[in-house]
Amino acid sequence: MRLSPATRNLLRVGVGITLAFIYIPLIVVAVYAFNGGTTLKWPLDGLTTEWFGEAIKDSGARDALFTSVKVGAVATVIALVLGTLASMAVARHRFFGRETISFIVVLPIALPGIVTGLAFSDTFTQVFGISLSLFTVIVGHATFCIVVIYNNVIARLRRVSANLEEASADLGAHTWQTFRFVTLPSMQTALVAGGLLAFALSFDEIIVTTFTLGAGDETLPIWIYSNLFRGQQLPITNVVALIVVLLSIIPVYLAHRLTREEGVAARAGGAGAIAESTAIP
Amino acid sequence: MEAAGVAAGEEKRSAGRRLADLFHGRSRLQAGALLAGPVGWLVIGYIGSLIVLLIAAFWSVDALSGELVKGFSFDNYRELIDTPVYKDVALRTIGIAAAATLTDVILAFPIAFYMAKVASPRMKGLLLVAVLMPLWSFYLVKVYAWRTMLSSGGIVNWALDPIGLDGPGYGTTAVWLVESYLWLPYMILPIYAGLERIPNSLISASEDLGGKPWNSFRRVVLPLVFPAIVAGSIFTFSLTMGDYITPSLVSPDTQFIGNVVFTDHTNNLPLASAFATVPIIVMIIYLLIARRLGAFEHL
Repeated sequence: MRLSPATRNLLRVGVGITLAFIYIPLIVVAVYAFNGGTTLKWPLDGLTTEWFGEAIKDSGARDALFTSVKVGAVATVIALVLGTLASMAVARHRFFGRETISFIVVLPIALPGIVTGLAFSDTFTQVFGISLSLFTVIVGHATFCIVVIYNNVIARLRRVSANLEEASADLGAHTWQTFRFVTLPSMQTALVAGGLLAFALSFDEIIVTTFTLGAGDETLPIWIYSNLFRGQQLPITNVVALIVVLLSIIPVYLAHRLTREEGVAARAGGAGAIAESTAIP
Repeated sequence: MEAAGVAAGEEKRSAGRRLADLFHGRSRLQAGALLAGPVGWLVIGYIGSLIVLLIAAFWSVDALSGELVKGFSFDNYRELIDTPVYKDVALRTIGIAAAATLTDVILAFPIAFYMAKVASPRMKGLLLVAVLMPLWSFYLVKVYAWRTMLSSGGIVNWALDPIGLDGPGYGTTAVWLVESYLWLPYMILPIYAGLERIPNSLISASEDLGGKPWNSFRRVVLPLVFPAIVAGSIFTFSLTMGDYITPSLVSPDTQFIGNVVFTDHTNNLPLASAFATVPIIVMIIYLLIARRLGAFEHL
């Protein structure tokens, strides 16, 4: 598009403002992890790394981290299975209600978190009479993680021609062989990327978690949340916050590297799913 | 198919192999088998839970024993309508959701446009990573960052002090700021994807036909990207409406739908369920309008 130099510069200023808006708070968090004082006051009273040692020794934070990893791993595995099955059905078959699948998949993330959380909490405690536990948290997390896997795998399946699978069948491979030797290898990186993102999503979730978590269990976000209200834990919380940022950057970055060609939709969460639901090339 | 059939007939076939043959060439059967798990989980498990939520809104709590009465009464809804506080809370929440959505459109458009139509491929890649990175991660840390920055001795007051201003502190303004901040990437990405989809030749054509840049933008680009903006707004709006962590951290004295639902759900689950139907209804209306505006078809 032909733009005057003035418009171009104005646009650059807009980009700068938005990037600053996105990153300044994250930089602030990073700086506060080295806070020498024990309050939120700015400028800081000196810098120190002593709280990193304290944070690593903190058993509450460590247990919470372990719980988060456990929940994230199991939820991711469930989401991988369900999301892959759904995307294979939609990408390779025609059936009644095909268009609505994308919509149903995205619903758990498109509806406000309190709705999903309360719906699960109501159902678990009142209909099934099971008390809330890590199991109920995992069910909740797996539900909203499906969309991530689904988006990644369907974007890949649309890029890989179905002819390959037909050729495999024509050459005598049966259904499992075709899946094992043709379909699965072609979607491998999409699965890894989707899995990493699903894990990041679960690792970070707090709203549905608060509704489905039983007494006595804590995920890392819940641990941070409850410690934000305890003044004396503040320095450790600052450090844990920075560690969480660093831990979540890794999977997101790796996922991006793995699925470069798929474009933005696969990684844009729910917004991508709406895009995928009808934008069939 | 022939070869597989012959080979299979000769040797003793395992159960897995027989199943494979059963699926062979039967698209409907394959689709059914693929869908059973995910549809079972999402439709029976998730949609079923939503229905339970809607039903629970008609239950009540026995005033004396505190026990749940799984009957049918409109009392919860009557209470919500008759108590002005609930109406205020609902309107405040919807207002903040709308304000955050508008703010995000304004902040998202320049960077999305720059990425899609101006930046070099290398720059585009870098910006994309910069926007994607914070998309799903560290929600709580982001809210906490703002709690830190907006605290009375915090960085915002420190930065505004030399020009004689005060930061907003904790309160409704803080909620608006933080919600706009949290969901901004959800707005940038669909707008960027929508702009990418507009062929440059279309814009060139408009320019060749004498359209001034502003006219080309307003009459060619904007109508084409509008559905994408609506699609992004679904998320900014919905995620803001369902958030109760942010208000609890940066606006402890103001109530939003999420806070009320969360506080009530332990002692009055039916009332909390009834109040939770407000965001559901708002979102259903929102999605229906979004659909009409083409957010589903064109993005």
